[in-house]
Amino acid sequence: MFSYYLQLGLRSLRRNPILTALMVFGIALGIAASMTTLTVMHLMGSDPIPWKSDKLHIVNMDNWGPDNAFNDDGSPPDQVTYRDAVALMRAGKADKQAAMFNLALPIQPENQEVKPYLSLVRTTFSDFFGMFDPPFKYGSPWTKAEDDAHARVVVLSKAGNEKLFGGADSTGKTVRMDDIDYKVIGVLDDWPLRILFYDISGRGSFETPEDYFIPFTTGIDLKKRPSGNNSCWKDSGPGWEAYLDSECVWIKFWVQLDSPAHLADYKSFVDAYVNEQKKSGRFQRPLNNRLFDVNQWMVEQKVVSSDVKVQSGLGFAFLIVCLVNTIGLLLAKFTRKAGEIGLRRALGASQRQIFAQFLTESSVVGLAGGVLGLLLTGLGLLVVRALYTNFKSVAQLDWQMVALTVILAIVSAIVAGFYPTWRACQVAPAAQLKTQ
Amino acid sequence: MLKMQHLSKVYRTHMVETHALRDFSIHVREGEFVAVTGPSGSGKTTFLNIAGLLEEFTSGEFWLDGVDVRGLGDDARSKLRNEKIGFIFQGFNLIPDLNLFDNVDVPLRYRGFNAGERKKRIEDSLMRVGLSSRMKHYPSELSGGQQQRVAIARALAGSPRLLMADEPTGNLDSLMARGVMELLEEINRQGTTIIMVTHDPELAARAQRNVHVMDGQVTDFDAEPKLRVNTRDSDAEAAMA
Repeated sequence: MFSYYLQLGLRSLRRNPILTALMVFGIALGIAASMTTLTVMHLMGSDPIPWKSDKLHIVNMDNWGPDNAFNDDGSPPDQVTYRDAVALMRAGKADKQAAMFNLALPIQPENQEVKPYLSLVRTTFSDFFGMFDPPFKYGSPWTKAEDDAHARVVVLSKAGNEKLFGGADSTGKTVRMDDIDYKVIGVLDDWPLRILFYDISGRGSFETPEDYFIPFTTGIDLKKRPSGNNSCWKDSGPGWEAYLDSECVWIKFWVQLDSPAHLADYKSFVDAYVNEQKKSGRFQRPLNNRLFDVNQWMVEQKVVSSDVKVQSGLGFAFLIVCLVNTIGLLLAKFTRKAGEIGLRRALGASQRQIFAQFLTESSVVGLAGGVLGLLLTGLGLLVVRALYTNFKSVAQLDWQMVALTVILAIVSAIVAGFYPTWRACQVAPAAQLKTQ
Repeated sequence: MLKMQHLSKVYRTHMVETHALRDFSIHVREGEFVAVTGPSGSGKTTFLNIAGLLEEFTSGEFWLDGVDVRGLGDDARSKLRNEKIGFIFQGFNLIPDLNLFDNVDVPLRYRGFNAGERKKRIEDSLMRVGLSSRMKHYPSELSGGQQQRVAIARALAGSPRLLMADEPTGNLDSLMARGVMELLEEINRQGTTIIMVTHDPELAARAQRNVHVMDGQVTDFDAEPKLRVNTRDSDAEAAMA
């Protein structure tokens, strides 16, 4: 019977093309508004590295001054001092670990046609690549030995390699940055990191990864202040060495802990380390160390802002308005069909069959609304990308959202069709047959 | 075929209580052609609606082809209606969006016949009313008489035991009316029981039996019906004799 109902539904919709178009467009518009905002919110909050997000943790330690907390809510700084970063790296207690900070360095291309430009360079440890899994197109990451040797090597992003070497295999070639030559040791492939979770507070959630990566030790040798957040609760004193020895926090510290046991052990280790430091007069606040995995960190850093949540709510409110409109239109349409309903009942259709027939018709409207809504959602996301360039990575439809859009549209139309259909089933056939 | 005893139908609103049928009893035997007559508002359409399982009754007893219909749910009533009863209405009640083939197909769809069986039944019944060449035409392309023939074909397609006709010629001129009436008589001769509601004394006179309804009651109940000659029914012939 479903194919019969489908046939009748399509025929009925074709009969009133303007009314049908109004209903389909109404649902499509509501779907597009809600799905555009929902997609942005969904991708903002979705796990950027699902295969190991529960293993990667950022280390927060509260080295702040005794008088005031770092944050009003009592949470510790999200960065660590150079001294602590080096100590934690040396201890090597995690399965993998990487301290990191950014430098802004002038890039001086060999190709004279490309003018020198300033770019962010991430200094980090070799474990960075094993922890965050950026795909390599050419070459490989540098080694621990090269970390220790303060090697002048660089890993380029695909875009960086494109810019400097036209996308060719540049391993072994040289990149000149701030008058120092670095040997290209690896080139990354596309790294579609939706959320730049490893440096949310420094760069922003929706930025793309840096184009240049060099060893942390090499970066320190440059004696340049970081290009990122730097917070101090007391004066660091003059000179580079004083800065390194200060209580200023400017380094993100990420670890990979492959099991809950390792996580517990590492937390104990950090607590023990801080307690040890307390003996020498540091870490004057109560013990307040925290380890956040990637998803916890995104919540902590409010990657999905309350504005976005409000927008999503408004999008759904608009969908409800569109549905109420569709209910009205369907009600008008089905009421006009009272005669046909009465006749079908007289000819042997049960209320249940009439219900199925008209609900099928509503579903066809929903499906059409869903498909059009999907196109409009795509258009909406295009507009979001054009207006907010930093939302580029999260204003995209994935297959889950495509499926959800179509399902939402059909469910919406069925919900909208439910009352008019129920009303249609209440038609007293006898009365209709006489009045026809 | 159809038996009602002490049946009543009361329409209630919060203000008024209307007795459409009261202590209504009738017995229509298999193969009969019964005309139900009476003035407007007498309850004859209410009787037809209840007899056709389109409306519930308030009290009394009602058997349709041996089935006690009291307390039957909507699904069972719809099935019974679909299998046992064919309807013919004054206003033809064809679906304008559907061609003749699809109009006749409607009751067969609910019956659950397969496509081949439906096609055969549709073609046979349209041939029976002389419209087999116009299967792809739409109702609006036909005259009133032809539309009523399509409605008759639709009523016959499911091979019902009982045909209910509500003023079947009310919207037709006398020539067309005669044609439709002859068709109904032919159908009755072939064994289908017919109950026809009509205002028209001439039409009523052509039925085997008249039941006159007045104020919701049967005032003229012919207890010993005379059956029309039925070539397939020896009992009917005996009754005629």
